[in-house]
Formats: sequence, structure tokens, C-alpha cells
Amino acid sequence: MAQGFLVYVENRNGRIRKGSLEALATARRLADALGRTVDAVIVGDDAAAAQAARFGAHRLFRVAPADVFDARDGVVELLAGLVRQESPAWVVASATAAGKDCLPALAARFERSVIQDATEVAAEGGELLIKRPIYAGKAFEVVKPAGALAFLTLRPNVFPAAEAPAAATVVDHAAAVDPARVRTRVAEVRETAGGKVELTEAAIVVSGGRGIKAAEHYPLIEQLAAAFGGAAGASRAVVDAGWVAHHHQVGQTGKTVSPTLYVAVGISGAIQHLAGMSSSKYIVAINKDPDAPIFKVADYGIVGDLFQVVPLLIEAVRKLKA
Amino acid sequence: MKIGVCIKKVPDTETRIRIAPDGRQVSLEGVSFIISPYDEFAIEAALQLKEKAGQGEVVVIAVGDEDTGKVMRNALAMGADRAVLVTDPAVVEAEPYDVARILAAVARKEGVELLLFGKQGVGQDYQQVPTLTAELLGWPAAAVVVGLDVAGGELTATREIDGGEEVDRLSLPAVVSAQKGLNTPRYASLKGIMAAKKKTIETHALAALGLAPLAQRSWEVVRLEMPPARAAGRLIDGEPEAQVKQLVELLHTEAKVL
Ligand SMILES: Cc1cc2nc3c(=O)[nH]c(=O)nc-3n(C[C@H](O)[C@H](O)[C@H](O)COP(=O)(O)OP(=O)(O)OC[C@H]3O[C@@H](n4cnc5c(N)ncnc54)[C@H](O)[C@@H]3O)c2cc1C
Ligand SMILES: Nc1ncnc2c1ncn2[C@@H]1O[C@H](COP(=O)(O)O)[C@@H](O)[C@H]1O
Repeated sequence: MAQGFLVYVENRNGRIRKGSLEALATARRLADALGRTVDAVIVGDDAAAAQAARFGAHRLFRVAPADVFDARDGVVELLAGLVRQESPAWVVASATAAGKDCLPALAARFERSVIQDATEVAAEGGELLIKRPIYAGKAFEVVKPAGALAFLTLRPNVFPAAEAPAAATVVDHAAAVDPARVRTRVAEVRETAGGKVELTEAAIVVSGGRGIKAAEHYPLIEQLAAAFGGAAGASRAVVDAGWVAHHHQVGQTGKTVSPTLYVAVGISGAIQHLAGMSSSKYIVAINKDPDAPIFKVADYGIVGDLFQVVPLLIEAVRKLKA
Repeated sequence: MKIGVCIKKVPDTETRIRIAPDGRQVSLEGVSFIISPYDEFAIEAALQLKEKAGQGEVVVIAVGDEDTGKVMRNALAMGADRAVLVTDPAVVEAEPYDVARILAAVARKEGVELLLFGKQGVGQDYQQVPTLTAELLGWPAAAVVVGLDVAGGELTATREIDGGEEVDRLSLPAVVSAQKGLNTPRYASLKGIMAAKKKTIETHALAALGLAPLAQRSWEVVRLEMPPARAAGRLIDGEPEAQVKQLVELLHTEAKVL
């Protein structure tokens, strides 16, 4: 059998990351085009394995949870063992915090760099052509892996996750990870309160800019985001002013988001902000300045005072969804 | 404690990107260069650790062209003690693995106990040199760090993960990559700028470090593309009530996101 894909499926407390399902489905689409197979690996119980098995792998290695897999080094040990055992041609993970961290550590062991944060992958002439943003999306680089082994991560929320016609064969895999090789220890994990939708995974993102004028108005952005069932973001101006924590920042030095809908409220549209959100499918801008650059990328623009428009919009969205 | 800070020279974030005639590179003509913004958080963290300990040395390390010395001087002006530049015609296009190999060699030669990075070199946005370097050194690592403390030979790092934070404990020597929020980088003082002028930037060729030549192993750039132009949008006129009504309708029927 020709060498194929090995996909790392990230499981957080029984919840499989959406990006991992996207990675599985993408690997399957490419494998079908290339006449290759998809192996996948998950650390988790039978229920998690059964869920992941539906999304495109031919064979799913299930590894029983153990303390060593809480830290990156343990996962890297596990993956390195499987790469040696199965000799895949392509090792794939979602470009989540863990994926972007595990794959370089793994690649280093095979003297390779990672093709990080791909937004398009095509199979052409028996090879992969991979597109990834550079300059935070101001341009794209199309690369072709060189050599027999490539490592790549896929940007979450960009690739479709579809179930495959048949479930994978689940294979129990006993990974022997030497605890001494786990150099970094995870002491504590603090989830952000309230089970809010993660910015980079949200289908709808509502961000507020300096136009909101003060910290006490940021809840307006959160309420609009909640009405849409999305996540709340911010421009750097808002973060630098201390109105909201930095992990909400969207842009070149913040998060890159590509939701179906991005709503920019009181944001001028500086080049560094656009870099983080211009690949969104639909963009709505609400700004009182008709010449604000944000209108150049917006599909729908409202020129107006956000303090008048946003409360009306919250009400209208709630009503429609009710 | 001796702390190394790896810094990358990158185009200013204001830069409008154009593709060079060969279609495979970004045209850097007339572009001004800066230290990658995340690296400034790493420099600040190193200076604060040194100040807190009341002793130690901060060495900034870069792999780049000869011009990289210019941005390194800004790091010296902020307060770094020394600058080490590894330059070679081949490094300009070096892929992350090779950059990591060089940085690991310098870290070993310098005998640093803590090696700090930015979480990402803006521009190429590879997001991997810190982790690759840690693995090559066999040191523990924490990436995308927003909180950092060193006590009793152990390092505690708070890192940003999707939907929360994670607290890691690492023994030294270790690798840490800095995320925005870790601190507020200082501006160089006039005194710092004057002092930086007198410092030399120690420059090494690859061979002098006993390193093998670079090899592009992992990929080949086929072409660069500009993002697809967004079609002209629609401005919705009228009174706020009418605007909102029309917007919601468009989102519902045209965009189908509601
Ligand atoms: C190295 C570097 C990195 C950067 N990285 C980022 C990044 O990652 N993300 C980012 O966002 N920025 C980033 N920036 C900053 C960027 O250049 C801008 O300064 C920032 O995006 C501006 O934020 P803003 O649009 O909220 O504020 P402003 O530019 O001040 O815009 C405020 C807008 O609100 C509108 N407004 C005011 N009142 C109202 C009202 N009542 N109703 C409606 N509209 C109103 C105004 O017309 C204006 O357009 C970076 C800058 C640098 C130098
Ligand atoms: N050429 C380089 N010289 C020194 N440090 C670098 C270089 N390239 C990357 N780095 C460091 O690695 C970090 C992450 O870069 P990257 O993996 O390229 O996104 C940067 O913020 C720097 O700290």
C-alpha cells in the first residue's frame, strides 16, 4: 500500500476539536484523489474514538489516556513512534495552539520544518500543492513538499468537515512513552469562563474598535456576539486601552479569524486589523465615518452611530432567531 | 543568569506587499525593517528577569543578512548587553529548521540558560522556530507565553491556548516564546541609544560555528499569490431602524448567515 496520511486528532476532555475533524475530512479528500489511505490517532476513550472514526480515516489508532499525554512532549513521543512505525508521507494536524506546537517538535526529529497554517490544499500530479498565508494574509505562498515526509497544519474553520461513507477501523495502540522524555509539565489548565465560543472556531465574530469609546461599552459588542451565537473580538486600540483582554485581539499581532460572518463595529480598518479578518466570508462594517477603510472590504456597510445601530441590531437578531 | 533572545528582522507591519517579478518572492524594495513585534516582548522579559535578579547577561541573537545588525542595535539600545549575528548569503532563504539549527548552535556556544523568542516572526509567519530549536537542544519549552517567572532553577510559564490558559513548569535551561500581553516593551532611552552605538555586533559566518551548509529540505515555493479582491460592497442608507432592518434581511436571505 502506498504511503498515506497520518492525522493527529485532538481531544480535549471528550470534546474533539472541530479543526481535527476538518483535518480528517481534508486528508480523506486528498487521499481519495491520490489513491492513498488515511491513518489517524486519538488519545481518548471509546466514545471519542467512535466519534472521530466517522470523519474520514481508514484506520484510527486509539491510545488510552495517561498523564504523559497531557503535555506536548508526550503527544510528540506518541506521534514520533507512529511516524516510524507507519512511514506516512504526510503528517497532518489542525493549526490549533496544540497542533502548531506539537508538529514542529515532531518535525525537528525528522529534520524537517512544518508547513504551518495552510488554508488550501490540492492534489495535483500525485503531489500536494499547499497554500498558506504570509504577511498575515496580505499574500499567499503556494508550496510543494520536498522529500518523502511532510508535516502540515491546517487553519481551523477554513476546511469543511464531512463524514465519510464508512467508519474507520479502530485499532488499540499501546504507545510506550517514557515519562522522562516529558520535559515540560502542565501544572494547570484554566478554561475561559462561561463556555464561550473560541474566537478562531466561531462561525460569527463581532469585534469592537475604539469607536466604542470606553470599557463600559464593550458589553454591547458581547451582547451582539451572543445574539448571533458568535464570539467577541476587538481591535488592538481596544486591547491597548485595557478595555478587554488581549486574547480578544484580531489582526496581524492578534488572532486570525475566518468566520462566515465578521461584524466590525467602530473599527477604522487599519491594514494590521484587515490582515486578521479579511478572509471572512461576509464582512459587515458599522462606522460613522463613510470614508473609513473598513468599508472597502465590507460586503454590507452601515454608516451611522454604533450606539444607535447596535442596540437595534441586537434586538432584530434576537427577534429573528426567536 | 545568561539569557539569549532570538530576534528576527522583518518588514514593517505597515508594508504594502508586492510580489517580485519572479513570482516567488515578496518585493522588499524600499521596505523599512523592524524587529518582529513579538520579539520585543521577549527582549523586555529578558531585561526584567535580569533586573529582578540584579545580575546576569542578555544576549540578542539573530540569523540574517548583514543589515540585520541595524535592527539589533535597537535591542542593544533597549538594554541588551551583547548582540550575536550569524550571517551567510544562504541564510536569507533558510527554512525554519535550518534557522533553528543555527540558533541552537549559538545557544550552546554561549551557554545560555534561558532562550527567549517571539511566538511568531511576522511576515513569513512560520510559527515554529522556537519549538524546533527547543527540540534540537533537548530543552523543555513553552510557546505563546503571557506570564513568566523564574525561581529556584525552575521556570513557570503561563501560555495562551485555545479557549483558556495553561500553566507549565520547566526546569532550566529552557525555551520560551513570548505572546502579546506578557509585558509592555520599553522604549530605548537616550542613554541606551548612546551606549548601543559603542557596542559591537559580533558577527559569525556559518563555517565559523562549525555548521554544515544549509539545505532546503521541506518544501519548494511554487508561486506567491495576492488575496482575491473582494467585490465592492453595499452601503445601506436610511434611518438606523431602516438600515438595521435591511441588514438583517440581507444577512438572512442573501448571505444566509442568519
Ligand atoms: C506593529 C503593529 C501591529 C498591529 N497589530 C494590530 C492588530 O493585530 N490588530 C489591530 O486591530 N490593530 C493592530 N495595529 C494597530 C492598527 O494600526 C490601528 O491602530 C488599530 O487597528 C486601530 O483600531 P481601531 O480601528 O479600533 O481605532 P481607530 O483607528 O481609532 O478607529 C475607530 C473608528 O471608530 C469609528 N467611530 C468612532 N465613534 C463611532 C461611533 N459612535 N459609531 C460608529 N463608529 C464610530 C471612527 O470613525 C473610526 O473609524 C497594529 C499596529 C502596529 C504598529
Ligand atoms: N532568522 C532568525 N533569527 C533569529 N531569530 C529568529 C529568526 N527567525 C525566527 N526567529 C525567532 O523565532 C520566532 C518565531 O519565528 P517563526 O517561527 O519564523 O515565526 C521569532 O519571533 C524569533 O524570536
